[in-house]
Amino acid sequence: MKPVETDLAGSGVVLKARPRARPGRNRMAQAFRRSKYLWLLFLPCLLYYLVFKYAPMFGLVITFKNYNVFKGIWASDWVGLKYYRMFFSNPDFWILMRNTFLLGVYKLVFGFPAPIILALLMNELRNAVFKKWVQTFSYLPHFISNVIVASMVIMFLSPTSGIINQLITSLGGKPINFMMEPGLFRPIYVISEIWQHIGWETIIFLAALTAVDTQLYEAAGIDGAGRWRKLWHVTLPGIAPTIMIILILDIGKVLEIGFEKVFLMYNPAVYSTADIISTYVYRVGMEQGNFSYASAIDLFMGVISFIFIFSANSLSRRIGGTSLW
Amino acid sequence: MVTTGRGRSRISLFTIVNTLIMLMVAAVMLYPFVYMLAVSLSGDVYVMKGEVTLWPKGFNLRMYELVLGDPKIWTSYRNTFVYTLLGTAIAMLITSMGAYALSRKDMMFHKGFTLMIVFTMFFGGGMIPTFLVVRSLGLVDTIWGMVLPGAVSTWNLILMRTFFSGIPKELEESGRMDGLNDVGIFFRIIVPLSKPVFATISLFYAVGIWNNFLYPLLYLRSQELFPLQVLLRNLVLAGSVSSGQVTQIGGDNLVVEDSLKYATIMVSTLPILILYPFVQKYFVKGSMIGAVKG
Repeated sequence: MKPVETDLAGSGVVLKARPRARPGRNRMAQAFRRSKYLWLLFLPCLLYYLVFKYAPMFGLVITFKNYNVFKGIWASDWVGLKYYRMFFSNPDFWILMRNTFLLGVYKLVFGFPAPIILALLMNELRNAVFKKWVQTFSYLPHFISNVIVASMVIMFLSPTSGIINQLITSLGGKPINFMMEPGLFRPIYVISEIWQHIGWETIIFLAALTAVDTQLYEAAGIDGAGRWRKLWHVTLPGIAPTIMIILILDIGKVLEIGFEKVFLMYNPAVYSTADIISTYVYRVGMEQGNFSYASAIDLFMGVISFIFIFSANSLSRRIGGTSLW
Repeated sequence: MVTTGRGRSRISLFTIVNTLIMLMVAAVMLYPFVYMLAVSLSGDVYVMKGEVTLWPKGFNLRMYELVLGDPKIWTSYRNTFVYTLLGTAIAMLITSMGAYALSRKDMMFHKGFTLMIVFTMFFGGGMIPTFLVVRSLGLVDTIWGMVLPGAVSTWNLILMRTFFSGIPKELEESGRMDGLNDVGIFFRIIVPLSKPVFATISLFYAVGIWNNFLYPLLYLRSQELFPLQVLLRNLVLAGSVSSGQVTQIGGDNLVVEDSLKYATIMVSTLPILILYPFVQKYFVKGSMIGAVKG
């Protein structure tokens, strides 16, 4: 077994098995040798994060420069806070902030309780087979791409051939041009989001519901509690920690509205309510080629979002005793 | 009167109402697909009159012949397949190795690396600086631009790390007795033990890549590299169904165009709709790995 032994010595793991083989070595060197192969495993992952996550962060330096394609990032001229001032004095600034914030808040207010209610109702189903079928169907839209969901929304709501407007006209109403109506963008977006993700989001609550002690239900039943009292005094307190964690996560994500879906659903007619920071960044950066300005807007929003997550977390730690970290 | 809920044989009003609500939920989730399928399979006369709601009328496959006869669909289908397979393979390799290393608390700088990774969940360089990095690496308009920038999802990485931390230390020790180093332990002992997790996370990645629209939008330029989602968007949303195709069929242009779009949607969603019932349980398992920690 000679080769194995040399291999072992090379890997450094032997040190652990053999008591104090080399007393002169300090613990740092030992840990270093022991970590060698783990680092090897971790290396591709580390490179990924350095290249695709951290390098772009350093690339944010272009928000203080007048980025010039030919000069590159480092040789471009410094302009200080020019692009930030430009954004703050932009008349679209408040519209974009309001749109981003409101879309996120609507999604939170309606999208957060929806899966909890659905999970509670599913949990009341006694027929296991039927429950499983309902669950399976309700998860399905989560796996459909945003392109398809947006296509479906736009086509179903089409004023000429959409099924919704066919229904409206057959009932004697006038067709509504849904996607051109600024006042309707937010409801349409939020409803489509709920349709897409409500089922999937019940999973975590259903898991929490199975963990509620059944003895508590029996005890409550003996005390004369009906369905609603059990719900209020046993079920909801039982899943409260899960609700709290998901709420913090969702509050933290209020400003991180997915770019894809808004981009696919909106059009210039509804920019006044639908245009959010990320779509604006895309248009300014990728379509107009103003990289520095677009990145400055993005960074500004990123910082606000970061503050948002932190405050949501510390608030819940202070009030509810639960936090993410 | 006190009822305990389980012991009753009588069906309460609540159960009836609840069952009806659940049936409605299931219908709302499924109906859009049923409708699109029905319209795409119907004769345009019936579609125009608005008679098609649940079942195809004047059944025909003309739309599908048209969609499948378009070479662009096949190219983009192939592209999506390649991106999904290659992307998932690369993502799984990098993610699982990284997750295992992070799950080992005896790795030096284990805390620092974890912090460095978690930080990226809350803050990032954003769309444009990332694009500049991808471009400077020469990945724009290449297949690598589709698979490398999204190679690690921090969420999946943390899921896998949580799973690996639950594997008993004794297994690792036994591997060491057999003369394996950490790389050997991972590939010979940990990977075979973690097949369900690998299946689950692979599916998460595969669906993510299959459905992704942002990366091709940002990083691809040439039509022959476009995946299905981009083609779909161009056909359905940007409405660039070639008018030649529509007039070729005759009838009401608008209706034909819509049926054609629905057929295109169905063709591109079919793989997911067909596979979904079989792989569903893996997805649910995956979301549970995260729940355990919470």
